[in-house]
Amino acid sequence: MMKIALMALLLAPLIGALINGFRWKKPDLKIAGFIGVTSCFISFLSAGFLFLSFLSQKKVDFLVSFFEWLNISSFKVSFSFLVDPLSVLMLLLITGVGFLIHVFSLYYMSHDDRPAKYFSYLNLFIFSMLVLVSADNLFLMFLGWEGVGLCSYLLIGFWFTDKQKAAAGMKAFIVNRIGDVGFLLGMFLLFQEFASLQFDVLSEGAPGSVHLSAVKWACFFLFMGVIGKSAQIPLYIWLPSAMAGPTPVSALIHAATMVTAGIYLIVRMHSLFILAPEVLTLISWVGAMTAMLAAFIACAQSDIKKVLAYSTVSQLGYMCVAAGLGAFTASLFHLLTHAFFKALLFLTAGSVIHALNGEQNIYNMGGLRKKLPFTWLCFLIGFLALIGLPPFSGFFSKDEILWSALASGQFAVFSLILLTAFVTAFYMSRLYILVFHGTSRLKSGVTPHEGGFFAKFPLGILATLSVLGGFIGIPHLISEYLPGHPPHLLAEYLKPIVIQKQFKGTHLAEGILMIGSSVFILSIVLISFWLYLKRQKTVFFLKKKNQTVFDALEAALGVDSFCYSKMVRPVLNVSYDLWWGVDVKMIQGFIILIQKKLLVLQELFESAQNGKTQSYILFMLLGLIICTLSVFLF
Amino acid sequence: MLSALIFLPLVFALILVFIKNPSLCRKGAAFCSVAYFLFSLSLFLFFDSQTEELQLGERFSWFPALGIEYFVAVDGLSFWFVILTAFLLPVCVGASWNLIKEKVSAFYCCLFLMITSVMGTFLAMDTILFYIFFESSLIPLYFIIGIWGSKERIYAAFKFFIYTAFGSLFLLAGLVALMHLTLQSTGEMSASLLDFYKLELPFEASLLSTQNVLFFCFFLAFAIKLPFVPFHTWLPLAHVEAPAPGSAVLAAVILKMGAYGFLRFVLPLFPQSVEFFASSICFLAGVGIFYGALMALAQKNIKKLVAYSSVSHMAYVLLGLFSLNEYGLTGGYYQMLTHAVSSAGLFLLVGILYERTQSLNISDYGGLAKKMPILAINFVIISLSAIALPSTGGFISEFFVLMGSFTARNWGALFLALWGVIFGASYMLYLIHRVFFGSVSVLSQKTSLLSKREMGIILPFVFLVFGMGLFPKAFLKYSTVSLNHLQESRENYNLNIKTKNFRLGQKHFSLISDMSGTHNTRRQGGL
Repeated sequence: MMKIALMALLLAPLIGALINGFRWKKPDLKIAGFIGVTSCFISFLSAGFLFLSFLSQKKVDFLVSFFEWLNISSFKVSFSFLVDPLSVLMLLLITGVGFLIHVFSLYYMSHDDRPAKYFSYLNLFIFSMLVLVSADNLFLMFLGWEGVGLCSYLLIGFWFTDKQKAAAGMKAFIVNRIGDVGFLLGMFLLFQEFASLQFDVLSEGAPGSVHLSAVKWACFFLFMGVIGKSAQIPLYIWLPSAMAGPTPVSALIHAATMVTAGIYLIVRMHSLFILAPEVLTLISWVGAMTAMLAAFIACAQSDIKKVLAYSTVSQLGYMCVAAGLGAFTASLFHLLTHAFFKALLFLTAGSVIHALNGEQNIYNMGGLRKKLPFTWLCFLIGFLALIGLPPFSGFFSKDEILWSALASGQFAVFSLILLTAFVTAFYMSRLYILVFHGTSRLKSGVTPHEGGFFAKFPLGILATLSVLGGFIGIPHLISEYLPGHPPHLLAEYLKPIVIQKQFKGTHLAEGILMIGSSVFILSIVLISFWLYLKRQKTVFFLKKKNQTVFDALEAALGVDSFCYSKMVRPVLNVSYDLWWGVDVKMIQGFIILIQKKLLVLQELFESAQNGKTQSYILFMLLGLIICTLSVFLF
Repeated sequence: MLSALIFLPLVFALILVFIKNPSLCRKGAAFCSVAYFLFSLSLFLFFDSQTEELQLGERFSWFPALGIEYFVAVDGLSFWFVILTAFLLPVCVGASWNLIKEKVSAFYCCLFLMITSVMGTFLAMDTILFYIFFESSLIPLYFIIGIWGSKERIYAAFKFFIYTAFGSLFLLAGLVALMHLTLQSTGEMSASLLDFYKLELPFEASLLSTQNVLFFCFFLAFAIKLPFVPFHTWLPLAHVEAPAPGSAVLAAVILKMGAYGFLRFVLPLFPQSVEFFASSICFLAGVGIFYGALMALAQKNIKKLVAYSSVSHMAYVLLGLFSLNEYGLTGGYYQMLTHAVSSAGLFLLVGILYERTQSLNISDYGGLAKKMPILAINFVIISLSAIALPSTGGFISEFFVLMGSFTARNWGALFLALWGVIFGASYMLYLIHRVFFGSVSVLSQKTSLLSKREMGIILPFVFLVFGMGLFPKAFLKYSTVSLNHLQESRENYNLNIKTKNFRLGQKHFSLISDMSGTHNTRRQGGL
């Protein structure tokens, strides 16, 4: 039964992708959308079934093996899938959010002329993502890992006639490739140490029998893959460009699911990462730096999707910090809540963009609260959840991460992410106010309109989840004061497979952190409101005074143009120069030189070619004799 | 049966050359080639994948005085190349359907002759026979490039010929020397590869010891064919000028003849030299991967780009083979097959494009995915194998080549090859970006959708790309035993003949039945 459910889960999106792929030309949204949505819904039902059977049976995990993929001497890999609490949770998240975003796409892509192609790619993405999280070995996981990269490439460049958009897809793929090289090296090292890439072998055989340094290097290289996929410094540059894709794609792939694959990888392999404390420290530092950098850049962006993109990078940094601190449950918790509220924010942003006929510049928005009330409400919920105000979901997960940083004594990391939390409150308030409050700065001729059921249904569900999602992880401190002492459900659920690190600290400190940060965040929001609504002149003054800083942040510190002018362009130039210099001039030139020398010899031989048969025969005989003699002499 | 595989195309070529009517000639060629491919599939029925022995062959004396025999056989190493060569024939006939308008019968004659010589190269077990086939493949390809090629075809054909003929001189010299050495050690002359395997060539750790000199002769000959940096410059030129079917055969099987040479000759014949030079050759292969990828990035001509990607991918083969472990060997071997599929597929697609626009300049294109979406998606899928995305065949082979290099601790080569992985994705995606994406260019306007015939040519490649990636076991099954045998007993490599279904000349037959399995090719006389 479980096997059938798993098969349905995996095959439904694949079949949907194939059907839509073969009828890619059909301009009919309804049928294409129906196939796409239904296949994803079947997946969701199967995932739900697996989840419920887990809850009821308390079975820890089981393996489903389909067929052997490879068998080269001792390297054996199968198409087999691991169903355990962790993967089922991810499956449920991916199919659930995926389903909602498929529904939203029905609304968003209604004017597109290639809906079947779109839904085919989207279903293929879901399939790859499901393979990624349910694979029972690294090798199969890599199939999903690169598969989602491919779908991301295809979907970012979905409107490929725009060269910029297509280039963004290419950039995403190539930057991810750099990380994937690390993934490959990690696999080689782990296979050398464990003679297997099965997760159960990797986690069980960890202590004792292996070279610790090799494991450390393997973790380091795997983290390289994480840096690529989960957009951390220095490979985060692909994610903001990836916003060129359709907005539901940004919501699904570049916010809720694919980019969190790196975090999932760390959590999945956490028993190895624990053996490499140096790498864990590196992870938390990289995460903290990324979180802060991206948050600052987000403050100066004018594109609604770019703000959300940098916010995603920043939040992924939070997840990395948590994973680096050993708080894997907190990391996963933030992954879940972030998936809800960030998908919600992106979809509402999509609603706004769709309502304004493709306008993405927040300076051309404003005052949309009255015109798009439902969208406004949903965005407000997402906004409050993201900045982490209680009792919205983001509060619980972010607080858990902050607390683990403080309690584990990593004060530098802690202050970085605390600062990031405040900056987050500012840039989200700025975004929210500029879009929904104040005077309308819409371009003439734009009449905003609210979407229909297909737009509202996913927004409604995601908004509900963004509000309530946090209650699966109520901190110990709060639950003590609640009736019935509700437990940390997520931690309970993951207990069998994820090692829970206990953080020591006083209740007082935890309480101060919780209340203090909330109050501080709230005051930043209020100050922003006051500044942006009442004291706009001050804002302009401040902006003018710090123009250089603002410009630098707006250009994202010029990293993109730096990469292009200092890395991409030089490589292209060098390759061209090498081709011209070495291949054409040197090697070809050398051969032409030899040819010329040979021409001199040719004249000599030409005199021998006098057209007389007798002399030819003489030469042949001479040659034969020389050959025969040389054989004997040799 | 193997003789039929070798000489049937020759017979067909002789028939086709007399058909003057072009359309009749095309139909005849199509019929013959499909029949030939189906015939080659019967090999699956008779081939025994459980043994590394030579099978299904024939062995007769040819020039007894020089110890030269007519000796053909198939084993796990050559099995897939035989099928691949036979598979290419109908595909190329289909691809040249509208492309070749002049001298149609002569073209098909050349194509069929080329298949004969390539097939002969993969099946010959007598080295002189091998040499004859190896060399004779040059002539039809020379004509295909020289007559049906584009502008600079004469120069390209000439350069191609000179380069590979130059390498062949070393091959011939090496073969003669080996024949002489068999004469010295056994008192009888023989050109049989099996007798060469038994030789113990003197080896010292100096460049001029006998084994090293011979190693270099063979290495050079096959490296030029491969082609290996810096002997690669003939390839881009030949590819650009050759018509699409010629390019496909060139990339898919002619280059593989070089790689096959390493597998069949260099690795088993010179074990100590191979060991001695392995790490430096691996490093050079890494340089080749990196350099080829970098070159591909610079190209402004589609075919040149794909040609340089071949240079890069074939260097993977060498890196795998010289890693000298089972992963590298399997990966390198599989890379030959996957590269054959991806490069031939890409060249055929480029040919389809060229038929419509008569241009290979990348800058002339743009937005083609709008005009030729099916071509675009097929191109992307086959490129994915070149990029080595998991689920395509290219991934399996590249993974194991890299893993082989990792296991052999060739860090320099691995480092360069990993850069090749990144650049590999870059140049392919950059090509796709420039040709298929963006606004629709003037030239792209002129294109039209694929015909059924063209779909028929391309679809098998798409299936193979995924088939080889998802079910590599089904492909490797036929060669694993042979590859393992090569890996395990490279030091004193030996091959036996499986007598079932093997047609032997009178002398060998009696000898083998006497000595139960161990064959012996001694005979009276000599030179």
